[in-house]
Amino acid sequence: MFVTMLVPFILGGVALLGMARGVDVYSALLAGAEEGLGVLIRIVPALVGLLTAVYMLRASGALELAAQALAPVLSALGIPPETVALLLVRPVSGSAALGVGAELISTYGPDSLVGRTAAVMLGSTETTFYTVAVYFGAAGIVKTRYAIPAALCADLAGFIGAAWAVRVIFYGG
Amino acid sequence: MAMAAIWTAMVVTSVVCGLATGNGQAVSGAALEGAAAAVELCLSMAGVLCLWMGVMEIMKRSGLSALLSRLLAPLLGKLYPSFAGDRKVMDCVSANVSANLLGLGNAATPLGLQAAREMSRRSPGVASDELCMLVVCNTASIQLIPTTVAGVRMAAGCGTPFDILPAVWLASLLSVTVGIAAAKLMARIWRG
Repeated sequence: MFVTMLVPFILGGVALLGMARGVDVYSALLAGAEEGLGVLIRIVPALVGLLTAVYMLRASGALELAAQALAPVLSALGIPPETVALLLVRPVSGSAALGVGAELISTYGPDSLVGRTAAVMLGSTETTFYTVAVYFGAAGIVKTRYAIPAALCADLAGFIGAAWAVRVIFYGG
Repeated sequence: MAMAAIWTAMVVTSVVCGLATGNGQAVSGAALEGAAAAVELCLSMAGVLCLWMGVMEIMKRSGLSALLSRLLAPLLGKLYPSFAGDRKVMDCVSANVSANLLGLGNAATPLGLQAAREMSRRSPGVASDELCMLVVCNTASIQLIPTTVAGVRMAAGCGTPFDILPAVWLASLLSVTVGIAAAKLMARIWRG
């Protein structure tokens, strides 16, 4: 209950607190929202670039080819090779990853090793390239330096961690 | 330049694979579809983005974001040392972290974007160490309650969709730790 009502609670709480402090809550809200539009305009070009490439990559069958090549590497890292497509799609497209993950969960069963690993991977990682594109697009950054490699390290750790945590918690190691 | 290389690699790979696998037609359709999807995505997030930026403005004017900032200062001061005294940046970062911890991904993004914009004022066009850290922390964001995934598991007939929570927390924690460590390490060795 508390969780599902979190957003309205925050909105109400912030409004009450603002009023108590003598802030014109409504004009503050509008000023902030207007600034939001400016941010949005700067994100559009970055997302057009990214999603065009992502959609092309998905349609080309390149991800399936890469998945076949990578499966043995994953086994060596302790990650179930069935999840390889999820791993490849996850940093690139949130909706595609959810689709691939849902497919794995329903094929292998939500309480299977593969199903659980897929669910934990989905829950513990983010759509890295989308996040990078949106943040750097909004801030007008051209030189991204080491942000992408560092973020991909975090993703890889999340995937290995997901496989490991599921093994330890549900299968005793 | 990193994005340029990645983007070119993605497009060229798609063209080559599309030709090799006979999906050429699909690839050309997908390019246009992707561009259209980007604008749709922006429109669909416009309302939420504006709403949370508005809430952030109320929090700023009422002093609530400064309070959050003070609470999180011991932790965030270490992650973003050169902005520790910068109220504008730290208020936004604190709100971003709070939203992430509450599982409000929709709110975390606008707040984080504002933090990124404030940070970029010091080094226009170039991602500073702090900005890289902000992005890494947000790509590895800790989600306390992954509701979407739980919904998928429930739809597949799972009776206990939330039994993966401890595993999700462990994996997230590992991912954030490795991300922060990688960013700190790369900050020392990265040239340019």
